[in-house]
Amino acid sequence: MKKYTLNIVFVLLCAGVVLASQYKLLDRYILTVLMLMGINIIFATSLNLVNGNMREFSCGHAGFACVGAYVGSVLSVLLFTANKYTGQPLLSPSLAPLLFPVIMLAAALVSAVFGLLVALPSFKTRDDYLAIITIAANFIIISIIENSEQIAEQIFGAKSFGTFINGSRGFSGMKRTVNAMNDVAHIPWMEIWVILGACFCVFVLYRLVTSTYGKGIDAVAQDEIAAEIMSVDTKRTKLIAFMVSSGLAGISGVLYAHIYGYVNASSFGILRSTEALVMVYLGGMGSLSGCIMAAIAFTVLVEALRPGLRFLNDNMHYLGMLPDGYEISEVWRWVIIPLILFLLMQFRPEGLLGNRELTHVFPKLKNWFTLR
Amino acid sequence: MSLLEVKHVTQRFGGLTAVTDFNMALEEHQIIGLIGPNGAGKTTVFNLVSGFYKPTEGSISFEGRDMRPYPPHAITALGMARTFQNIRLWNDMSVLDNIRISQHHRLGYGVVDAILHTRKYKESERSIERTAREILEVMQLSDYAEECPKNLPYGLQRRVELARALSTKPKVLLLDEPAAGLNSVDVEGLIQLIRWIFDEFKISIWMIEHQMKVVMTLCEYLMVVNFGKTIAQGTPREIQNNPEVIEAYLGDGAV
Repeated sequence: MKKYTLNIVFVLLCAGVVLASQYKLLDRYILTVLMLMGINIIFATSLNLVNGNMREFSCGHAGFACVGAYVGSVLSVLLFTANKYTGQPLLSPSLAPLLFPVIMLAAALVSAVFGLLVALPSFKTRDDYLAIITIAANFIIISIIENSEQIAEQIFGAKSFGTFINGSRGFSGMKRTVNAMNDVAHIPWMEIWVILGACFCVFVLYRLVTSTYGKGIDAVAQDEIAAEIMSVDTKRTKLIAFMVSSGLAGISGVLYAHIYGYVNASSFGILRSTEALVMVYLGGMGSLSGCIMAAIAFTVLVEALRPGLRFLNDNMHYLGMLPDGYEISEVWRWVIIPLILFLLMQFRPEGLLGNRELTHVFPKLKNWFTLR
Repeated sequence: MSLLEVKHVTQRFGGLTAVTDFNMALEEHQIIGLIGPNGAGKTTVFNLVSGFYKPTEGSISFEGRDMRPYPPHAITALGMARTFQNIRLWNDMSVLDNIRISQHHRLGYGVVDAILHTRKYKESERSIERTAREILEVMQLSDYAEECPKNLPYGLQRRVELARALSTKPKVLLLDEPAAGLNSVDVEGLIQLIRWIFDEFKISIWMIEHQMKVVMTLCEYLMVVNFGKTIAQGTPREIQNNPEVIEAYLGDGAV
């Protein structure tokens, strides 16, 4: 029994969150932060496959999440809710809870195809060149979506599909899908989907990187020439890693869009990509457990700085250390967070765990859980 | 038909001709050596044969098959393995993983199998693990299975690299300066090891080596290149007394 302890603790924690949400024991804000945590875990661990395990430098991860968010949102709105494009929902809204995972997978698939499109021209390049390509891809995806309305209106007319996704005004209506799920059974669906999504993502990544197939990715990272000579199909390996990474990012996008019920391309800009980078480098490149911890820590930190800065502001005013006219605003969060990254690179450039897993640092931990 | 045949291969890099009209044939179960001064184009020949460069002119065939269209990993899968002059192991993973990954061409499963742990995945991983353990056992490396190569002494790293090449189950083994950086005791051990591998695995070996002792003891046949041209070939005895070879090594007027 001992070796299932942590597994049971984890299941109980998840069940606790779901139950707390069901019986309104937890504040809505705290629940949102918890769900963001799950989304960030998906977002960061998926990038870790490329930036950590493969040691490439992809900087446009949010672009793929954006693709996933839009594909998932459009599908869910078209299929399960009354909308201005098809009028009536295409499928019975009562199917929503059943088909939501299918939507997530479909979005992941489309994101993976986008990942493939970015990975193909990047074969000849590595390092900084790939970074530039991925930043460019991120910008292209955002600009296309933001301008889709105008483009579609001019080419296909005002009632076309392109105008339906609303361009820069953002796309909404996913709350109605969530409501449709609630009509079937009144349980906290989004909390459940986020937990399942994060578990799915970590499960996929764990199994991939521990298989001999997936270790080819590490081989490519450590010595690409040796990998190619020792029978690893390096091109294919890179493609697969890129596709899995962008596909999982797509899932994080779908969940993000459905939590808020609203999605806007501008929230998947370069800043969001940078957040993924921060989490990966904070946790340690190539360390799945480090990345999960970093995602949790990062989410908590970003939220804790809101009251933290307020507290600082009030007290410094009280002590007379700040001039009366000046308030420390929340914008300072984006000074403090990059500063943490700055200090990290100075004093612990390999991240919290380096490329080791938590079980390498605490070998006894292995006795307390089972992963297969 | 020879196992490996290189015919009229010329390799140019821009204006530089690294290899000119290179010909060789390697029979089954034969050890041959390729020697020559630094920069003579020996490693370029290996890079051509293992598929890293595509020859500007000429053809390379392995078991009667034209090798030019194949990428390096496919050539390895067909039965040609090599080691590197400067050891290129994956330093941040265990010796066992090094040996496991180099069997990538025999995996026979894809991403989905890896994620779902299908029967195909389990069988394949088991067989790869078994092969890896066997290779480590015969190469007397079992004690270091969990070590990272970077923590091993140089001589052992050479041995791990040989084990890694052997784990691809090659028919031809290309050794690029296997004795580089070894002391005289280690060189003695290496000679015995290569001889043993040659007898045990019944493979063909083609090696580049600077240390005359190694090639003279091991090789049945030697080829000498200088400035990309083959200047002599024959048995070690013939080569030793060839005035052109002596000139290439010791300089003009030495004879």
